[in-house]
Amino acid sequence: MVELVWLIPALPLTGFLLLVFFGRRIGEPLAGWLATLLCGGAFAATVVVFAGLWSKPEHERHFQQVLFDWLPAGGLKVQLGFLVDPLAITMALFVTGVGTLIHLYSIGYMHGDPKFSKFFLYLNLFAFSMLMLVLGNNLLVTFLGWEGVGTCSYFLIAFWFTDEANASAGKKAFITNRIGDWGFMVAMFLAFATAGTLTYFSNGSTAGLLDEVTIAHLPAYTTTAIAALLFIGAVGKSAQLPLYVWLPDAMAGPTPVSALIHAATMVTSGVYLMTRISPLLAHGYTWLPALIAVVGAVTALFAATVAIAQNDIKKVLAYSTVSQLGYMFLAVGSGAYVAAIFHMVTHAFFKALLFLGAGSVIHGLHDEQDMRRMGGLRKYMPVTAVTFIIAWLAIAGVPPFAGFWSKDDILLAAWAHTGSALWQVLWFVGFVTALLTAYYMSRQVFMVFFGEERFETEGEHAVHPHEAPWTMLVPLVALGGLSFVGGGLNLPFNDSIQFLDRWLAPVVEATQRPLDVAGATQAGLAIATAVVSALSILVAARVYLQHKARAIEPELFARAWYYDESISAFVAGPGGEAFERIAAFDRGIVDGAVNGVATLVRAGATKLRLAQSGYVRNYALGIAVGALILVGLFIGRAV
Amino acid sequence: MQLVIFVIAAAVIVAGALGVVVSANPVHAALSLVATLFGIAVLFVAQDAHFLAAVQVIVYAGAIVVLFLFVIMLLGVDRSEDLDTEPLGGQRPAAVVAGILLVGVALVTLFLTHRDLDRVAIGARSVVGRLTDPSEDNVSKLGHALFTDYLFAFEITSVLLIIAVVAAVVLARRASRTMGAPEAASDDRAEVVE
Amino acid sequence: MSVVLADLHVTETWYLVLGALLFTIGAIGLLVRRNPLVMFMCIELMLNAVNLTFVSFARALDDIGGQVIVFFVLVVAAAEVVAGLGIIVALMRKRPGATADDISILKG
Repeated sequence: MVELVWLIPALPLTGFLLLVFFGRRIGEPLAGWLATLLCGGAFAATVVVFAGLWSKPEHERHFQQVLFDWLPAGGLKVQLGFLVDPLAITMALFVTGVGTLIHLYSIGYMHGDPKFSKFFLYLNLFAFSMLMLVLGNNLLVTFLGWEGVGTCSYFLIAFWFTDEANASAGKKAFITNRIGDWGFMVAMFLAFATAGTLTYFSNGSTAGLLDEVTIAHLPAYTTTAIAALLFIGAVGKSAQLPLYVWLPDAMAGPTPVSALIHAATMVTSGVYLMTRISPLLAHGYTWLPALIAVVGAVTALFAATVAIAQNDIKKVLAYSTVSQLGYMFLAVGSGAYVAAIFHMVTHAFFKALLFLGAGSVIHGLHDEQDMRRMGGLRKYMPVTAVTFIIAWLAIAGVPPFAGFWSKDDILLAAWAHTGSALWQVLWFVGFVTALLTAYYMSRQVFMVFFGEERFETEGEHAVHPHEAPWTMLVPLVALGGLSFVGGGLNLPFNDSIQFLDRWLAPVVEATQRPLDVAGATQAGLAIATAVVSALSILVAARVYLQHKARAIEPELFARAWYYDESISAFVAGPGGEAFERIAAFDRGIVDGAVNGVATLVRAGATKLRLAQSGYVRNYALGIAVGALILVGLFIGRAV
Repeated sequence: MQLVIFVIAAAVIVAGALGVVVSANPVHAALSLVATLFGIAVLFVAQDAHFLAAVQVIVYAGAIVVLFLFVIMLLGVDRSEDLDTEPLGGQRPAAVVAGILLVGVALVTLFLTHRDLDRVAIGARSVVGRLTDPSEDNVSKLGHALFTDYLFAFEITSVLLIIAVVAAVVLARRASRTMGAPEAASDDRAEVVE
Repeated sequence: MSVVLADLHVTETWYLVLGALLFTIGAIGLLVRRNPLVMFMCIELMLNAVNLTFVSFARALDDIGGQVIVFFVLVVAAAEVVAGLGIIVALMRKRPGATADDISILKG
């Protein structure tokens, strides 16, 4: 059963190829159904493989399938292969699951769009790339998927590229990702140079990169360097500081894209990568995990502050995604990989739901995205409202919804870290972020679904809000259910019900930091977080629902701490000058050296050419002088 | 006696050589060359190279210099050369320096490396055949060597002479068909080859 | 005075020095003169200097081989003169009064 793993990426790939050649002929809505069916097939295949993996005993849940030798190049032998272990299957499950729901949703959302089949073509290609990323058995296959999702992200963000802002957003995403990709590539070079292999685990003859025997031979600075470079890649892909800038702009793409790529799947690939290479992290210097945790926590807080001042319904969710991803990196840095994956899964559920709900709202209001022109929509879109509220409660950390349990796991891991006092500070940052998260999400819910209706019902800009079609509602309901019960994956009360922890144990137990904290502390922290979330909701209600308090939306937060502006100023100003100077160096000195050799040769030849005077007597003189020199040499040697 | 012969012959040789180099008129130069060749022939005789002396006079002084004179007269290049100007700058000084260095090097080789100036030749004696054997005369000895040890070279030189004749005929042919075309000579050459 | 002179023996060194001198004069003449025919004559001078040297060594080493070489040098010199004069004739016909300096088309 596990051998069917190749089917999982093959089905979306087939969908992509079919739609490339026949998409326009198939047309709407058949193209959408075809794509959804194939993605659903991938989900079914994943379930089958999952069942096969589960049926194996715990320590044997590790299977590699090699399709062919991809790159036999000298000392480097890279195969195209798949790795089936609990981590990979978990990722594949929610990628295909949430992916299929979003495919279904898109049939309704993209109705009437002239490039309907092209959208699904890109979605299937994206699914294929993402599955290659999570199922790959070596760094290069992961990189293939990594680049693939980046490319699809570019295509999909700039889907309506006739509007220049959309095209620019696509370019921004691609270029920012590229900076991270540089880190990934150098990490691969380094891994090959030091360990001689890119494969994760041994597959036949050679030892893998992450095997104990390989890591034990590598010095700590090597593993730290590789892990740090891969972290740079993750920072780009998962939109952490300083490379988060593409994610808010990526909201220019259609909402299903935001839901799938920029909430549930692509942006989580950075967290997946970090979890996958946890042996390298564990073997390196301790400052790297601390750095990862700090980056995550600071990003989380930063994004949360910006989210409370955004007025575009999707921008709030974009910054929220950046913030939640920060939480996941905080978990990775604290060594709590299970908590990171747990939060990744629950986040996929409720964030996708939030985005799809937002899409439903936008669709129902005929492409209105400004929250200041919404309000009281729960009367017109009941299903959307209910599911949105479920997601809101989940992300705000209200028990018993999924987000509470996963966020709590992360904060606990930070608090209980036995390193320096830094970790308690990071816990506090996470705590404040949780407060802000509850606040801005409540703000959004109150502005959109409650209160007075601020949209126009008369005149030329009249909108008549209506509920979405069933193709859009089914995914909302499904995700709503998952957001409600998702916490059951890893409830902390008893070891026997910590399903996710036990499931992922073969992958991360060697590198996971053990949690040594009293039950009372655990309960205390959880209750504190829940109470704080409830208080934030009440404050938000007071401001945005009852309008009894003044809203705090400082310009600094609204403009994202002027981060984009400072980048532009830097690149235009000193950064630009520095780049110009480097470019001039490249042109002048590097190119100049190469061209200079040619110029030198030509100049020398021009001078030497003068020796060919054409006069026989000069040549005879040359012969005489040459003979003289030769005779002199012989005499010199003899004498 | 030897000394007298040597001194006189040497004087003639050097005078003739200088005459060749210094004469403006090519005919004068050719006649000076004859003088040099005669001097050389005398020295050949003084060194027991009788056959060579004869051949020198017959071939060199007799045939080659006469050939020179023929060509001078044929082409009318008997006009005097302007010896005062030197169009190529620095050629003359360089030539003189090179020449002096040349002779200097030769003499330095001689005097630095051999203590006993009377016995300069220190190579293997009589490799090919004895020169001073009284039983044979010079011609016989030379003939022996030529037709036994150096037979192949001898035959090759006859081929060389034929090639020289052919070369002379071909090079000196007038362009027959196309008048005044500089490339016509090469056409003729191509015809002969086929 | 005559006693001293009579004691002077002409060894091969004298001939070698004379040969060197003759060669040098020929070399300088070749480099200095412009008339092609005179240049050729200077070449003949140099060849003769070489012949003289060979004959001297033949006598000093009591070896007929030296004279054999001179024989061949003579033959080759003759052939060379023939070919060289043929070239000069061919050349001078096109440009009467040309000197060695006028033939400089192969200028670099």
